Amino acid sequence: MKEQLMASGRNIPDLYPHVDVWGFGIPLYLFIGGLAAGILLFAAYFYLKGKGDELPVTVKISTIIPPVIIALGLFFLVEDLHHKAYFWQLMTHFRIQSPMSWGAWVLTVVFVLSIIWPLTFMDDIIKFFEENGRKKWANSFVFINNIIEKTPVLPVVITWSEKNRKLLAGLLLFFGTILGIYTGILLSSMNARPLWNTAILGPIFLTSGISTGTAAIMWMSNNAKEKLMYSKIDFVLILTEIVLIVLMFLGMIWGGEVQVRTAEMFFGGEFTAVFWGIFVGMGLVVPAILEYMEMKGIHVPVAVPAFLVLAGGLLFRIIMVTAGQISTYLF
Amino acid sequence: MRYAMAIDIKKCVGCADCVVACQTENNVPIGYARDWIIEKVEGLYPDLRLHFESQRCNHCDDAPCVRVCPTGASHIIEGGIVKVTHEECIGCGACIEACPYEARYFHPDGYVDKCTFCDHRTSQGDNPACVSVCPTHCMYFGDLDDPESPVSKILREREHYALAPEAGTKPNVFYVK
Repeated sequence: MKEQLMASGRNIPDLYPHVDVWGFGIPLYLFIGGLAAGILLFAAYFYLKGKGDELPVTVKISTIIPPVIIALGLFFLVEDLHHKAYFWQLMTHFRIQSPMSWGAWVLTVVFVLSIIWPLTFMDDIIKFFEENGRKKWANSFVFINNIIEKTPVLPVVITWSEKNRKLLAGLLLFFGTILGIYTGILLSSMNARPLWNTAILGPIFLTSGISTGTAAIMWMSNNAKEKLMYSKIDFVLILTEIVLIVLMFLGMIWGGEVQVRTAEMFFGGEFTAVFWGIFVGMGLVVPAILEYMEMKGIHVPVAVPAFLVLAGGLLFRIIMVTAGQISTYLF
Repeated sequence: MRYAMAIDIKKCVGCADCVVACQTENNVPIGYARDWIIEKVEGLYPDLRLHFESQRCNHCDDAPCVRVCPTGASHIIEGGIVKVTHEECIGCGACIEACPYEARYFHPDGYVDKCTFCDHRTSQGDNPACVSVCPTHCMYFGDLDDPESPVSKILREREHYALAPEAGTKPNVFYVK
């Protein structure tokens, strides 16, 4: 038997009964990072494949989401800091050992690229909304377009970018992948948290991020062919994610005592129901089945699997961040 | 120079003088503490053993908190002391997550605060506040590179252990059995 007790006063709510310094903002930001990376990766990939006109929602329309949500994510990120007035220190330092540092830089690069990319397709976006009877949306984009044309440097940048979309797409592929992996690696670098301290979190978060991206595009898409294609892609991604999650837990169960104890939280412990029942069940298995039905010709409203995948992706990150902070070293 | 601390758990009575001395010396806000006392019970009834451990930042050689810090606010100074520059700290909490010893916390002012091995005292040749007030003289502090320092001597003579060395952090606070 081994039992320990705090004998002196140390009334720090961030640390006891377990570390609790990252609340809802961090998982939400990790979700947004993955989702933005997913959408941008598809846009860049299919653009490079020359399918810009064949898959307009993927390459052009859906890319209006990333800049908006990344801005939102940045807000939550700064909001979560405790020494907020000093947040600019992130932008005056670069530390290669710290995923948070290079992640912040990658996010900045992706943010800039994600703003430029849809701006180069402004005419197509306005046309898309007009054709689909979304007059208000079309008008607001016309309004944005007019403002941009009056700014000094932006029109030049956009004209240049329109001529160099291939380069832009290449950069998006590179930095988007790093962004997707980084949202997982950020947690992996935390030595003291056995649940996070495994590099497989990188591929899992990337896969999950691309999967949520697929769901978002699927939901926005207006043609059946595109929807079906994304059902197929997402089906494969969900299966990959399940395999990676199983591998993660195998690594833990076969690991040392701290890892075994961490895994116990998911096998009989407090996170069992929410992880396997709600996340894996409702967020992975059910949408996979619905997408399989879609592939077999049984029509399912696309919003259902898309919503489940998106909600599951967010829930997965909430669970990982919360449970990770509970998992700890024993001494 | 490699500063280290050794605490004799046979002599420690868990009085928490070290905790109070640190709070006073370093102006630690009320309710917070940079060091703390853990009471450990081991064994099987009726053969139980109890001892106290005065815990604090281990000033690790491979400090994970320094590695994950995005701004370099967490850094290692002369003697291997892990410190935080308040003006560079953005309060992201990465170091708190990375520390296996729960040695770091958010100061109410927002930055991350922790034990400094009283570097303002040790650089003058004094002992840290906790060591200098210990009524049972169970704490030893000094330079591991100097074979004649109190900490080198006791670690040479007695069996000792460190906390969670399996975390790969190479801690520098030792407990003498």
